[in-house]
Amino acid sequence: MDDQRIIERTTVMKDIKIAATNVNVFYGDTHAIKDVSVGIEDKAVTAFIGPSGCGKSTFLRCLNRMNDTIDIARIEGKIELDGEDIYDKRVDPVQLRAKVGMVFQKPNPFPKSIYDNVAYGPRIHGLSRNKAELDEIVEKSLRRGAIWNEVKDRLDQPGTGLSGGQQQRLCIARAVATEPEVLLMDEPCSALDPIATAQIEELIDDLKQRYSVVIVTHSMQQAARVSQKTAFFHLGDLVEYGETGHIFTNPEDSRTESYITGRIG
Amino acid sequence: MTDATITPVPSPPKTPLTEADPRTKKRNAAEKRFQYYGIAAIAVGLFFLIVLMVSIVRSGLPAFTQAVVSVDFTLTEEQYDEAEAQLFKTAAYQSYFNAVLREELRERGLDVDFDEAAIERILGKTGGTLREFFRANEDQLGQPVSFELSASSRVDGYFKGRVTREALQDSRFLQQSDLDLVDALADAGIVFSALNWNFITGADSGVDNPGGAGIGASVVGSFFMMLVVLFLSLPIGVAASIYLEEFAPQNKFTDLIEVNISNLAAVPSIVFGILGLAVFIQFMHLPQSAPLVGGLVLALMTLPTIIISTRASLKAVPPSIREAALGVGASKMQAVFHHVLPLAMPGILTGTIIGLAQALGETAPLLLIGMVGFVARGYPDGFVAGFTDPNSAMPAQIYTWAARADVSFYEKAWGGIIILLVFLLTMNAIAIILRRRFERRW
Ligand SMILES: Nc1ncnc2c1ncn2[C@@H]1O[C@H](COP(=O)(O)OP(=O)(O)OP(=O)(O)O)[C@@H](O)[C@H]1O
Ligand SMILES: [Mg+2]
Repeated sequence: MDDQRIIERTTVMKDIKIAATNVNVFYGDTHAIKDVSVGIEDKAVTAFIGPSGCGKSTFLRCLNRMNDTIDIARIEGKIELDGEDIYDKRVDPVQLRAKVGMVFQKPNPFPKSIYDNVAYGPRIHGLSRNKAELDEIVEKSLRRGAIWNEVKDRLDQPGTGLSGGQQQRLCIARAVATEPEVLLMDEPCSALDPIATAQIEELIDDLKQRYSVVIVTHSMQQAARVSQKTAFFHLGDLVEYGETGHIFTNPEDSRTESYITGRIG
Repeated sequence: MTDATITPVPSPPKTPLTEADPRTKKRNAAEKRFQYYGIAAIAVGLFFLIVLMVSIVRSGLPAFTQAVVSVDFTLTEEQYDEAEAQLFKTAAYQSYFNAVLREELRERGLDVDFDEAAIERILGKTGGTLREFFRANEDQLGQPVSFELSASSRVDGYFKGRVTREALQDSRFLQQSDLDLVDALADAGIVFSALNWNFITGADSGVDNPGGAGIGASVVGSFFMMLVVLFLSLPIGVAASIYLEEFAPQNKFTDLIEVNISNLAAVPSIVFGILGLAVFIQFMHLPQSAPLVGGLVLALMTLPTIIISTRASLKAVPPSIREAALGVGASKMQAVFHHVLPLAMPGILTGTIIGLAQALGETAPLLLIGMVGFVARGYPDGFVAGFTDPNSAMPAQIYTWAARADVSFYEKAWGGIIILLVFLLTMNAIAIILRRRFERRW
């Protein structure tokens, strides 16, 4: 990984959008996340990297309470969104998920038309007043998902009939259609070719202007390219968290160094 | 992986692709064998299905025809007044009829003699039928009226080959000489086999009148019962399954409910009948023998079937769909109703149709709430009455007929089974069309 072009970025202190303190997650007896504390910045891209099974997805799913749907999952600790505890009893996870959108690791389009896939979120949240507005949202979202040109003539065909990479981009379009404040992306580019990947990275870059983006990736280059902050997870521990440039050029922990240079994983 | 030492491995001997090795041969043989088993199993199934269908159709089809005597009969006003003045009024009509029949035969040059008793054995008491008609339609007096009178069950049997000359022993029901008359009448075209509309549309008759028995009224009874079953068990069953599958917490209590529902599906239907008798009739005082009560009992019986199949099809919907919906900020209920339920719908419909088909063919619980026996007297006079008027149901009617002494009721029972199957197939066809609808939505 010597050919990585890592640009020393100027460090700007930004607001913390999501603050996690001492988060522990258990799946039954499995301790999947061990005492993780992390502050995710607003208007920035945070990358989660780490070997397979280290808990990246698990931690990501804590951030929009997606783990609530898993019966055996148990979460301890505190996660705050703009200073509000999202695990507070009074918080409605549905409202939270409208603000914290998610793209899942496995593409999961609805078995409905491409149009309906994207329009579903705006519809249930009442983001459009009429059909024309909805059409506009759908087109804009599909463009941002870098898939508009491929599907513009077949919007009424099932989203499940697309190729794997197209499905993933459709899911990205679906997630951005609801205009979330935070977008959690779990390996969004794992099934994409370099061109689509570049388009998605462009989208992420664009989203960063307004939102906070968290991306899980197995590609060191991608993490280095798109993120400002990087968190390295290993066996449920948050080993190292900091400026992306710093992590990639000057990791403090030996495990981080081994991982980014390709020796563990 | 960088420090893995590579030792040279001898390359395996080359095997030609065009020739199957022993392992492949063995696997292919196993696959072939399995396919043969499958084909054999299907063939056996088909064979029994065909045997069943052929025997049902063969035994049941005669029920749809009926030997009738067709006579043009004119009754003048004087005859009418005269007959009405007599003490034995129907006997008077009977003798008029006999005269007409005699005349008819002579006109055609047929020379068979018969007495009143023979006509009564062949046609039953025609006088009563005639009198009833003319009293109701006095304006038809003096005009020729064409009557189609159904022949007695034995004569009908003679036409269908059930009664033969050789086997017939003279009795007060039918005698050898009557058959000569019947043959003559048949040659003259006065007696012939006609489609028995009354069987399809009519109601049950008394034990002594198999010719007049029809299944129509109990078809209506079954129809209203199915309405009750469908509109009770489908919404309740689906709602219960959605709650149990998607919302209910997993604990001892829900486990207990789950076990009980599965057990309920295995409870003998007669138990539901006793329950219906005790709860709906004796305690709630709902009308006896009514399709409403029958429907309630059958709905209870169908519920577990629907719940089990609905839960299975909800379980089969991939969790990623639910996550996708929740991920864009749908509530749990929205996720279920917008995404999960439409996908589960084909399975739910399959379960429903199995449950309904079971309910349609159920006899035992109906025995206990009084929907058997001579109750299907006629059609209900309205939609509401359809639920509350005493009626029978098809299987109960078939059961009643099969239990009666006269052999032609036995034939009616088979005919009833054909109607029952047609009803069932119609129901299934509707369900399949509906399921297609849902499947087309991906
Ligand atoms: N639903 C679940 N039930 C039980 N254990 C789970 C569940 N989901 C994840 N785990 C466990 O939690 C640990 C972390 O899993 P997680 O999916 O977060 O890994 P990951 O870092 O996303 O890996 P990958 O890069 O392969 O996606 C793993 O050991 C996994 O076995
Ligand atoms: Mg993962």
